[in-house]
Amino acid sequence: MSAVDGLTTPVDVADTVSATAPRRGSRRGAGLGDRFRGTALPSRARWAGWLFALPALVMYAVFELYPIITAVQYSFFDWDGISVATPVGVENYVRVFTEPQLVASIVHAFILIIFFTFLPVLLALVVASIVREIRSKVAGAVARTLMFLPQIIPGAASAIAWTWMYSPDGAVNQMLRALGLGSLARPWLGDFTWALPAVGVIGTWLATGLCTLLLMAGIGKIDGSLYEAASLDGAGRIQQFRAITLPGLRQEIGVCITITIIAALASFDVVFMSTQGGPGYATQVPGVQVYQLAFTENRIGQSSALAVVLSLIVLAVILPIQRFFKEK
Amino acid sequence: MLDRLRDTAPKTILLTAAALFSVFPLLSMFSAALQPQGTAPAGITFPTSPHWHNFVDAWNVANITTLVKSSAILVIGVVPIAMLISSMAAYAIAQLRIPLGNVFFLLLLLGLTLPYEIVVVPLYYQMQQLGLLNTQLGLILPLIGLNMPFAVFWMRTHFQSVPLEISESSSIDGAGPWKAFQHIQLPLAVPALASLGVLMFLSTWNQFLLAIVLIDDPNKRTMAGALQGFVGAHSTDVVLLNAGALLIMAPTILVFLIFQKYFIQAMLAGAVKG
Repeated sequence: MSAVDGLTTPVDVADTVSATAPRRGSRRGAGLGDRFRGTALPSRARWAGWLFALPALVMYAVFELYPIITAVQYSFFDWDGISVATPVGVENYVRVFTEPQLVASIVHAFILIIFFTFLPVLLALVVASIVREIRSKVAGAVARTLMFLPQIIPGAASAIAWTWMYSPDGAVNQMLRALGLGSLARPWLGDFTWALPAVGVIGTWLATGLCTLLLMAGIGKIDGSLYEAASLDGAGRIQQFRAITLPGLRQEIGVCITITIIAALASFDVVFMSTQGGPGYATQVPGVQVYQLAFTENRIGQSSALAVVLSLIVLAVILPIQRFFKEK
Repeated sequence: MLDRLRDTAPKTILLTAAALFSVFPLLSMFSAALQPQGTAPAGITFPTSPHWHNFVDAWNVANITTLVKSSAILVIGVVPIAMLISSMAAYAIAQLRIPLGNVFFLLLLLGLTLPYEIVVVPLYYQMQQLGLLNTQLGLILPLIGLNMPFAVFWMRTHFQSVPLEISESSSIDGAGPWKAFQHIQLPLAVPALASLGVLMFLSTWNQFLLAIVLIDDPNKRTMAGALQGFVGAHSTDVVLLNAGALLIMAPTILVFLIFQKYFIQAMLAGAVKG
């Protein structure tokens, strides 16, 4: 839509340009201009278009595709990063599913989905559908700004904020004591049982704002007369929610779920900065494990195998979700 | 009147609660950052005599001036080039209809879902071989490459919305594809490019994993990456740690508050399209 607004000026520019252009254009084959018509373009000229795509392709190939292939290659070797690598077949992959620490990291990644995805989407649905009726523009704008803040600051910084909240003298324990629940107070991130949920709540905090805003935007697009008609027919809040809000938000919910599941499975910043996977490996996740295997334990092959498995898990989870939410 | 209040009050409270939940950890940091240095602050306390000077000390200890500069260098190195080459590629795919363009695009989509964890270790050794480890160039180049999937995806959506007739009429006027791109397509793409720039600024500035792996010296990293070094050195001094972390967050928060509308639009649109 905004492209149309800009239409007038660039075309003027084009008119002035065209006076000098033919000489340049002729480099790409004589008379290209006359025949330059979408599909009827001569194949030589269409291949010439690759000159535009080449820089992006090169950067992508060198710094993403090549490393991915290298990771797969590493994963079949035992290599400490310095001496000669020895091929070990699929042994590294077997260990991903047998070494307790590695299995635990994958299990934790799935548990984190509850906190990174399930809770935020649920909370966002509640907030968004209740707030739908609020008319105050100011309140909405202020809330929007505040709820967006967690998205803006680096995940590593959020981890520091929450580490302080969870510390023995932090705000969480302070509140518990104030409520007379002092017996529940504990160093949350150092507790073998509670560390993982505590890390999960950081994820809930990060994702809830974004999901709420997405769903609020989505709800705004639903035709208001649907709700009026429904309430005339005597449909209650819950029925309206199930019959109108949920189906109307299908696409937005799909987006929330996709983004947050990737964030949960591939989490790194938050866990690395708050617990480093500890205590023990109570909060170990694949992301941090990949880093530690490679850079503190010098097990490059093992690290790569875990990274490959993690990527496959992400694909295996995300692709069906994408398909499910795309079809109407 | 009372009815309306009864109706809106719970909703307002709920919205307020949701908003408060979002800022509460930041407030807790802020309250700790204003306590006297060397003390062990307890939870959220209203500082009776706020020690604003802590921020000055943290500024110096955390080298914020250096960090802002190095983060800015990274952003300037990554964002404009990534914007240019991704829009060129998207233009080639959507408007010039290059052969095998769709194959290229599918290949890029693969990169859209894969986590950085799979590339980080190979990139470390790749940069070591290239002699770029611990240099900012060694972080800029991979970030450009890793930004391609989303950037091309984003710009392709834009170029698909531009009618082909515009390219055609310009070529009838004799403008080659490059002239058409430079003088017609790019000006039309400004709104899409602006959102893309905002999103890439944020992701570069906040980049953590690649920053701590590829650059050893915290002073050459992104602001987010520098946090790791700062925490390592000052984990026991709660006051200074919180003040420093707040300072490290401050630039993004400031930029966000200024360009708020833009950010929210770009991020919501980016989320929906991504």
